[in-house]
Amino acid sequence: MDLHFGDSKPTDEERAAVDALLGPPDSAWEGSDDRTDTDLRWAKGGHTARGRRDQLLPGLHALNDRVGWISEGGLDYLCRRLTVPPAEAYGVATFYSMFSLKPRPRTVVRVCTDIACAGPSADLCTSLESRLGPADTPVEGGAVWERSPCLGLCERAPAALVIRAGTDADAVAAAADAAGSAGSAGSAGSAGSAGSAGSAPPETAVERPAVAAESGAYAVVAPATPHALVEAARDPGAAAAEPAPVGAVPQAGGPGRDRLALLHRVGRVDPASLDDYRAFDGYAALRRAFTLGPAGVIREVTDSGLLGRGGAAFPTGRKWQATAAQPDHPHYLVCNADESEPGTFKDRVLMEGDPYALIEAMTIAGYATGAHRGYLYLRGEYPRARRRIEHALAAARTRGLLGPDVLGQGYAFDIEVRRGAGAYICGEETAIFNSVEGYRGEPRSKPPFPVEKGLFGKPTVVNNVETLVNVLPVLTMGAEAYAATGTGASTGPKLFCVSGSVSRPGLYELPFGATLGELLRLAGQPDPERLRAVLLGGAAGGFVRPDELDIPLTFEGTREAGTTLGSGVVLALDDSVPLPRVLLRIAEFFRDESCGQCVPCRVGTVRQEEALTRLLDRRNGEAADTAADVALLREVGAAMRDASICGLGQTAWNAVESAIDRLGAYA
Amino acid sequence: MSAVPLQPPRRLVEFTLDGEPVRVPEGSTLLDACRAAGKDVPTLCQGDTLTPKNACRVCMVEVEGARTLAPACSRRAEAGMEVRTDSERARHSRKLVLELLASSTDLSTTPRAAEWIEEYGAEPGRFGEDAATVAEEPKVDNDLYVRDYDKCILCYKCVDACGEQWQNTFAIAVAGRGFDARISTEHDAPLTDSACVYCGNCIEVCPTGALSFKTEFDMREAGTWDEERQTETTTVCAYCGVGCNLTLHVQDNDIVKVSSPHDNPVTHGNLCIKGRFGYQHVQQH
Ligand code: SF4
Ligand code: SF4
Ligand code: SF4
Ligand code: FES
Repeated sequence: MDLHFGDSKPTDEERAAVDALLGPPDSAWEGSDDRTDTDLRWAKGGHTARGRRDQLLPGLHALNDRVGWISEGGLDYLCRRLTVPPAEAYGVATFYSMFSLKPRPRTVVRVCTDIACAGPSADLCTSLESRLGPADTPVEGGAVWERSPCLGLCERAPAALVIRAGTDADAVAAAADAAGSAGSAGSAGSAGSAGSAGSAPPETAVERPAVAAESGAYAVVAPATPHALVEAARDPGAAAAEPAPVGAVPQAGGPGRDRLALLHRVGRVDPASLDDYRAFDGYAALRRAFTLGPAGVIREVTDSGLLGRGGAAFPTGRKWQATAAQPDHPHYLVCNADESEPGTFKDRVLMEGDPYALIEAMTIAGYATGAHRGYLYLRGEYPRARRRIEHALAAARTRGLLGPDVLGQGYAFDIEVRRGAGAYICGEETAIFNSVEGYRGEPRSKPPFPVEKGLFGKPTVVNNVETLVNVLPVLTMGAEAYAATGTGASTGPKLFCVSGSVSRPGLYELPFGATLGELLRLAGQPDPERLRAVLLGGAAGGFVRPDELDIPLTFEGTREAGTTLGSGVVLALDDSVPLPRVLLRIAEFFRDESCGQCVPCRVGTVRQEEALTRLLDRRNGEAADTAADVALLREVGAAMRDASICGLGQTAWNAVESAIDRLGAYA
Repeated sequence: MSAVPLQPPRRLVEFTLDGEPVRVPEGSTLLDACRAAGKDVPTLCQGDTLTPKNACRVCMVEVEGARTLAPACSRRAEAGMEVRTDSERARHSRKLVLELLASSTDLSTTPRAAEWIEEYGAEPGRFGEDAATVAEEPKVDNDLYVRDYDKCILCYKCVDACGEQWQNTFAIAVAGRGFDARISTEHDAPLTDSACVYCGNCIEVCPTGALSFKTEFDMREAGTWDEERQTETTTVCAYCGVGCNLTLHVQDNDIVKVSSPHDNPVTHGNLCIKGRFGYQHVQQH
């Protein structure tokens, strides 16, 4: 390749950030400043240098974390280190919304304005405008605020995330978090029963280490008030600690807690303690896996009837079997924790509240499918989940639960966390591969399917967090007992992320087969008279009417009712929520998140948004114009559904269509 | 030694195309089958010298039993498939794709675009006056060729030709996301500050005229570009011994652009800066 670099040099800070990730450069070929005689005689490069391409995304994070944005000099230096053409690296960096390629202040405040937060955050945004100035515009004192898609904190709407660039944001935050989590198990017992999740007791007051001005930091502020947010923007390190994850699990305080198969540990174990985890059944499933052997595990998972919980509902056992059977090696395991579907927050709660469960489940999946390496692709907006997972990974390694010889069984397995950087599309199973490999997170066309050619072109099994965590009860209870829960076609327990107009929003676990009405009652559904609609499955899902609450929450039941379970989002909208505005927000979401690869989605999502804007503005206008726009939406929608490459474009019109057809929007 | 490498005979795959049984060699795409059967399926991102990105979605056909339509340019024929090129759904998607493209980009120099728009009854104007367009100004930053991304449909061909499929220079890539995605050098720097070696292989594959010789661009601006009056002469490049074919496009006794035959077994339409742009010495003025 013709590598060509500009004249811009990295600053010392940028160089240090990249070197901290990649180690110091070996030679001038990799960007060292001094050219030695040896460098003049041997060219270093080729396959070995290019073999580290997958470090591109971590490298971009390193620059962005340290300085707050990615400069020409910084990008050039990273490209030299990795032998990546700068044009490609620029294309990758501009793909992610959390990176900036232009100078910006070190502190960025992201305010969620997505469906669940839209109502409550409207005032917040107005107030920020008066206090901090307009969005996307740096203010005095070094902060900039922007509107963000769903931050996965829907049970605590309105949500905001403050990120300050600087040295070792993670180390500082981890220290604070370690101090905080010690108290979380103790405070957990009383949480959850207290009406709304938002009012759950916060973690025991944390003593924050003294933080120098240039240190990086994160703060999750939810529910956010203008005052708290402005304070957090000023000093994210000093922001109040987040409430414990158990606050998001209303059932944790209730009598049925012991019957929960997936959430029973959240709030009961200290997420930082491996001993706690083991005391609560931890690693029993992996032990059973080792006695069953890989084929036995796959048989058990197949017999359990476990279907993927990410939305596609593919049989997990079959996927594992297909991967395990591939002659090509190595095999990879990818855990999709890029949960970005508006209204979804289950992965976050699981990873924050019970991180070892996911690690154990991934180990089992790796063992069954013959993988020795697992990648956990974690959405970039989840700082606490990342810290807890990283901490748990380190502990598991120390105790021989990960590494060259897991549990002394002669099986080698380790997990690497890869952080997303703000791109919904990277939750698509093949877009993840491109993102991990250091390319733009664009979906690949299928076939070939991941089980055959996935990550790095090798057989790969991709499962989402909830699916994997279900493998634990499958193995501890046995396939038969597991399959006895739920219905014949949808076995086991299911997690539901309930938010919107309910008094106890949060993460609920119910056996498949409960009805929508039962779930909403559990979550404190408002006066049934006031319920206007329920959005099932998130932005890619569909609306149902208040008179359809007897829909059974199963894959087959929702399908029969002409809707979808999707990722388990249940968002209740009462009559105070303006539906046309919600629809426009959904359309904006897809326009923003389209990768831009294929025409139906790239341009179709724009045309859809334009038509919905016209419909919103017109409201009481000409009926003929309204009908014409609805017809236009249908035509564009049909083409997006039929002709888009991936699920994003194919589902981008689902929710709008269901609102028109089921709710009579614009009629 | 044979110029055409011999391959083991390929097996034939039999399937149904618009109700007629057809047989194509294993590995053929549905598009290959359509073309062999004399069916005209529109294509934009497909090119004879590249593996298509199947991004434009103008070639969609209906495969019986599949949830979505399939891109003919990339889907391989499988035994027993039932494929319809002319179903209501397939025609609808093609029409919409043409409307979406034509309403957001300038297709005035895309060969056959106007013909297809008419054939499918596409009405790009119906998205209204305010419909967003890519709204780009031509980038004239060197003497050899112009990048007019107002005409770009983001087919990825230039990126693939510049990068791993041919040139291995990687001077350009897709940057940004969604409707804001554009073909770009790093930091949108002028070509002269990029890795570009001016081989012009991107121009060779561009299906829309977004990339064009400076000569062509200037003549179009001046209104003097007239393909009717041009002759094409294919010859061998005189610079080195590789033996690339050049096709000289001549208007009024001036070379106005240089292309290269895609079926040339040596270079498949690719050239270097000398063959592509170094023709001034041939001309008298
Ligand atoms: S459907 Fe949208 S997100 Fe998916 S590949 Fe096409 S442009 Fe990208
Ligand atoms: S002229 Fe050649 S090197 Fe330059 S961008 Fe085009 S293909 Fe790449
Ligand atoms: S410039 Fe031409 S070749 Fe490149 S993406 Fe645009 S239309 Fe395709
Ligand atoms: S020609 Fe087939 S998708 Fe573009």
